[in-house]
Amino acid sequence: MEEILRVENLSKKYEDVDVLDGISLSVKKGEVVVIVGPSGCGKSTFLRCLNGLEDIRDGSVFLGDEKINPNKKNLSKTREKIGMVFQSYDLFPHKTILQNVTLAPIKVKKRKKAEVEEEALKLLDRVGLISKKDNYPRQLSGGQKQRVAIVRALIMHPEVLLFDEVTAALDPEMVREVLDVVLSLAKEGRTMLIVTHEMSFARAVADRVIFLDGGKIVEEGKPTDFFDNPKTDRLKKFLKTFSYEE
Amino acid sequence: MGFEVLLKGNNALRLLGGLGVAMYISMISVVISITLGIILGMLMTLKNPVINAVSRVYLEIVRIMPQMVLLFIVYFGATKILGLNLSAEVSAVIVFSFWGTAEMSDLVRGALTGIPAIQYESSMALGMNRLQTYIHVIIPQIVRRLIPLSINLITRMIKTTSLVMMIGIVEVLKVGQQIIEANRKSSPNAAFGIFATIFILYFLACYPISCLSKYLEKKWEN
Amino acid sequence: MDFEVIVSYLPLYIKAFMLTIKIGWIGIALSLGIGVFCAFVLHFRIPVLSAIVKVYVELFRNTPLLVQLFFVYFGLPKIGISISAEACGAIGLGLLGGSYMTESFRSGLDAVPVSQTESALALGMRKGQLFSNVILPQAVTLSVPAVVANLIFLLKETSVFSAISLMDLMFTAKDLIGLYYNTTECLFMLVIFYVVMLLPVSILGTVIEKKTRFKMFGD
Repeated sequence: MEEILRVENLSKKYEDVDVLDGISLSVKKGEVVVIVGPSGCGKSTFLRCLNGLEDIRDGSVFLGDEKINPNKKNLSKTREKIGMVFQSYDLFPHKTILQNVTLAPIKVKKRKKAEVEEEALKLLDRVGLISKKDNYPRQLSGGQKQRVAIVRALIMHPEVLLFDEVTAALDPEMVREVLDVVLSLAKEGRTMLIVTHEMSFARAVADRVIFLDGGKIVEEGKPTDFFDNPKTDRLKKFLKTFSYEE
Repeated sequence: MGFEVLLKGNNALRLLGGLGVAMYISMISVVISITLGIILGMLMTLKNPVINAVSRVYLEIVRIMPQMVLLFIVYFGATKILGLNLSAEVSAVIVFSFWGTAEMSDLVRGALTGIPAIQYESSMALGMNRLQTYIHVIIPQIVRRLIPLSINLITRMIKTTSLVMMIGIVEVLKVGQQIIEANRKSSPNAAFGIFATIFILYFLACYPISCLSKYLEKKWEN
Repeated sequence: MDFEVIVSYLPLYIKAFMLTIKIGWIGIALSLGIGVFCAFVLHFRIPVLSAIVKVYVELFRNTPLLVQLFFVYFGLPKIGISISAEACGAIGLGLLGGSYMTESFRSGLDAVPVSQTESALALGMRKGQLFSNVILPQAVTLSVPAVVANLIFLLKETSVFSAISLMDLMFTAKDLIGLYYNTTECLFMLVIFYVVMLLPVSILGTVIEKKTRFKMFGD
């Protein structure tokens, strides 16, 4: 299958600390890549580099044939093609749910309002939130807000979707409703990069799992190999922190 | 440009003396305001309906009545209506304390109600008694919130005292006018130099205090 | 209290009231314009202008309006800049208010979380779209309480206009007291007119504050 995203030797430093240290990665169309690792291992920074929220100084990121360059003017053009969902949902508090979803397609893609709204309603219906279309974000639960945030990214028809710990801020009973949506997107064949702490979810959704530690890819593999037969000691130790067995 | 008039005789000293009068009145008012404001602010958190009603009316009066109007009421009105013969200085201190107490009490109330209940609960859960909770947990937090705001009140008080010339107190603006008047022939442009100097003097008096307030606020912001 | 006196003074007070309101609101309009402009300069860190704005804000926030007015009205004519008392009042209030409004708008702009910017950028929004659709509406809401407080503060500050011989409410009251010694009536009317001028703003301000707050945060 054709390659859609390529990362070459991506490095990033914050005050002499290597946050990302020479990461290379290729993602195929329709592939779901899950990135796990301890806190501060650089997973979020990595995702943020992919759509230019962090400057890329060393190394490069390609979306298709296009090189992502945070200083170039076409960065927002690239971002239209890469959707991102954040841990803290970040819906726009002054807009209704429907307006949150339709704002970017109308303003950025200059699509017709009626057409965008129709699509928005379909997508909201799909995540079970059509009844909330005229509510404001503050009236929704965390899980509901996160589902809206996913719809808000989807309606831009992105080629790649990035999920940055989308369930980390949620109450446990709401995690499921959000992950179900992500899982259904995976089944549709969407290309996704997911940073998460939910190991059982990673196992269920991933085509490939990557273990990031100290800014480097330490190990990667198919979920069954990755979780059942970890090769490196660091991954073994990391996976052990998720179980209570002696 | 009229600055030369400052060098004549003791004009510069007289101006500083005038600023001193304004500072003196504001310091007395600040001390009274902070003391009464803390008491009233604490009373306001008791949720007593009478205290609440009275303090709301009081705060609203202060919120919408210019200090200048209050100054006139106390200075001219008290003599006429109550037959009291208040000096301009005493009137000024009364009015500025009336205003400052309202401001301070609102800050104190805000600081007190702004401490989350969990702070009390977790202290109690650690086995502290009420007094210990206040001394070690609550009061230090309140003090940190209040000190920058109280310092800010001082600069506002200093600026407000410029109004007292309007009821005849000889402070820095009045001294300035006297100097301009006395040197009308020899330095016709004195008004520029004198008022520019007073502008700078007020700035020099208030700016360091504002900076201190901002600095402390930043420093204690969690 | 003598009501005949009150009635006979009424036209003078109304005239003064209109003047006070006129100069007051012109000054406030000026201060809003200055405040928005300077807040943008600070927010976007425009070189040179930022430094000038900072000096301006500190100078005017740390000096009394009365001193500013004396300097402009009595001082500036000595170096050839002469303006009428009315213009001086409006400009003085505008400059003082501008320094306060700058701080209010700037802190409103700065209070919009960075994550809002990031999520809008991630949707492909351009800088201008991000600013007008996401940042500005939230910043305006966030600055409402401070702006309302400034409005009330500035309307109260109009009471010092009398010092530069503007025939405002204070001036009229003082003048009449000096002429006829009807102190009680004069002061009573002074208070009433200030209540008429400020109470609606105070009440309306509180309502608007609650409404915008609710719309934004739901509490």
